[in-house]
Amino acid sequence: MLSRTADHLFWMARYTERAENTARMLDVRVQYSLMPQSAQAEQQGWRSMLGVSELESQFEAKYPALTQKDVIDFMVRDPDNPSSITSCLRAARENARAVRGALTTEVWETENTTWLMLQQHLSKRTFEHDPGQFLEWVKYRSHLSRGVTLGTMLQDEAFNFIRLGTFLERADNTARILDVKFRFGAHDAVQAGTQAEFYQLAALLRSVSAFETYRKVYRDAITSKRVAELLILQEKMPRSLVACIAAVVANLKDVRNAQSHDTERLAMELYAMLQSAPIGDILEEGLHAFLTRFLASVDALGNGISRDFLIPIEPAPAEEGQTQSQTQTLGGMTQTQTQTA
Amino acid sequence: MPNFYDEMYSAAATARPHYDAFARWLASQPPELIAQKRAEAELTFQRVGITFAVYGDNAGKERLIPFDIIPRVINAAEWTQLQAGLVQRVTALNRFLHDVYHQQTILKAGIIPPEQILNNAQYRPAMLGIKVPSNIYAHIAGVDIVRAGEGKFYVLEDNLRVPSGVSYMLENRKMMMRLFPALFASNRVAPVEHYPDLLLDNLRTVAPDGPLDPTVVVLTPGMHNSAYFEHAFLAQQMGVALVQGQDLYVSDDTVYMRTTRGPKQVDVIYRRIDDDYLDPRAFRAESTLGVPGLLDAVRAGRVGLANAIGTGVADDKSIYPYVPDMIEFYLGEKPILNNVPTYQCRKKEDLAYTLSRLPELVVKEVHGAGGYGMLVGPASTHAEVEAFRERLLANPDGYIAQPTLALSACPTYVESGIAPRHIDLRPFVLSGKTVSMVPGGLTRVALQEGSLVVNSSQGGGTKDTWILEN
Repeated sequence: MLSRTADHLFWMARYTERAENTARMLDVRVQYSLMPQSAQAEQQGWRSMLGVSELESQFEAKYPALTQKDVIDFMVRDPDNPSSITSCLRAARENARAVRGALTTEVWETENTTWLMLQQHLSKRTFEHDPGQFLEWVKYRSHLSRGVTLGTMLQDEAFNFIRLGTFLERADNTARILDVKFRFGAHDAVQAGTQAEFYQLAALLRSVSAFETYRKVYRDAITSKRVAELLILQEKMPRSLVACIAAVVANLKDVRNAQSHDTERLAMELYAMLQSAPIGDILEEGLHAFLTRFLASVDALGNGISRDFLIPIEPAPAEEGQTQSQTQTLGGMTQTQTQTA
Repeated sequence: MPNFYDEMYSAAATARPHYDAFARWLASQPPELIAQKRAEAELTFQRVGITFAVYGDNAGKERLIPFDIIPRVINAAEWTQLQAGLVQRVTALNRFLHDVYHQQTILKAGIIPPEQILNNAQYRPAMLGIKVPSNIYAHIAGVDIVRAGEGKFYVLEDNLRVPSGVSYMLENRKMMMRLFPALFASNRVAPVEHYPDLLLDNLRTVAPDGPLDPTVVVLTPGMHNSAYFEHAFLAQQMGVALVQGQDLYVSDDTVYMRTTRGPKQVDVIYRRIDDDYLDPRAFRAESTLGVPGLLDAVRAGRVGLANAIGTGVADDKSIYPYVPDMIEFYLGEKPILNNVPTYQCRKKEDLAYTLSRLPELVVKEVHGAGGYGMLVGPASTHAEVEAFRERLLANPDGYIAQPTLALSACPTYVESGIAPRHIDLRPFVLSGKTVSMVPGGLTRVALQEGSLVVNSSQGGGTKDTWILEN
């Protein structure tokens, strides 16, 4: 298929997934904020969420104080924030529109309808009045987008690039959601084993739809070690890091071309590491250090996919080079998009 | 605009025979139901994203083309006449295009002044002597036809470059069938849904000799083009790749597209980009939409373009007055479809006539399109007419004038209810080894009362077009 088409499909899926995960991160914070805590601790919670997406300074430049209302506005509505739900859903829809011919009618109409419905939510400001309900809506639109892709798309290369986008983005996002808790856990002044920690971990599990799964897998008290194990190493858990990378490996294999060998090997190495690493070793290294390393690998995988498939394979003679790849790091998440000069 | 032909009614409350079934159905529908169906149509167009981009003010915005649920119905006899006329006209135009890029017999015979062709901005000397498959240049033509009375059809213009609108013909039909399936059971409406298959078959004939299963692509300027929806739609319906200039490159006079598995040769390009932007090496150097070296590939016979480069010389408004002569010259036949009488302001006597009758005439820019830069005398104020007179006097060669036709009107939903609005018709004529078309076309409607300008860029709407089978 056309490299540019693959590029748009890949990014359509990434932005759809990113919108969902922004909703998930916000949702867990909204849930934390319902727990009894000092104003300072609550502020710290919101700050840590911005921090993990590397959006703190951008937020501070725009808003006078750190309040839940403003953070939600920034992360939901703000068109200048590239990670806001509005920005993600717009980008997803624009990428879909660029290749609507490569999508089934249902996939395109789902992306387009999501965008049209979002306009209504924004004008009614449901995200302010009832953030929980709005964030749930975002999650369900993402479920629908994925379901309609699985249920209607021919499982050819187009499908593989959509899936690569979905799982690479999800791997990145699950790692970040985990990092919010474990990187800034110390500041929350929550003692291990306390009731407060239980609620934090429960909210974290719910944010990745894993609360019931945890109960089913462990049938035991909720501890941070097991939560980390579930979200990193449990291959049957659809949002875990290992499950995401397994899907990346499988889809990379399907689209393999003459130059994708190194990228595929990188993915397989990452997968092998996740399959064999005991949670004890990871915690010993320090979860934050481990997740930082993991995010760097995901970034390298994304660059590899762009280089091998999305950026044209046949190098054009210099004077013909109209295709440029623009790589920018926004909000800590690398975006590579092919652009027409 | 008094005394126009009403497509639906022959007299007050008396429907013409081919509209009879529809008129009775319409009268029996409760207004609430119609209102609900109209709202449903609009929502569906939004969801499907059948939109066009607007240039100028509000650039970047997407807009819906208003869709009217009252169809434009044409009976079988009239369609047979139209179809024969279209085949004849487009055949002659293709013969003309081949001629002006080869022997130029029509110029030598003195039928058309040579400078009218050779100095025309749309004439492409680069195509001189170049062989194109089946000697066809305009593979897809969108001929604009109006009616000014019983059986009186006139061709307004022959769009032979990159005519658009066929996706609306198809989507309007789909919409009508979704909203009112019962209507199609009680009326024998000829189907149009096979257009993409006809188009693909036709495009395959444009391939250079060689590949049995040629690779066809649709070349679009990109998603910000006003017709992007149509480009994506046609590519999807035909099951071919939708490419932009940056996806293609030329090497050894061969066109390749960049794919995830490496370069793939392209045999036929259905291009939806104007000549000027096709190849920055040959035409406008600043174009980033085109493919450098594409003209070389065409000249080497390594790729087929539909439409061919240089078709604009045949649909230019300055050449339009000669089309009836072309039909007689190449085919030895009398034209079946009328031309609108046209005054060429480059001629002294025509200019004098035009200036003396300005408030009655329609005056168009020779190279204009989209309903811009024209004067509709009877619909203009004195000041507008005088301002236009200045422009005309400054550059008489740039204008033609025509009598204001009493365009037919079709009942249409407007704010105050149902009222007649002027319409035109654009059938899409495909030329390859044969000339073919689906029974129908795009009916455009001028939604403003009295307006004769149907272009969507000027607030026009569309209707489903029914050709009734006997």
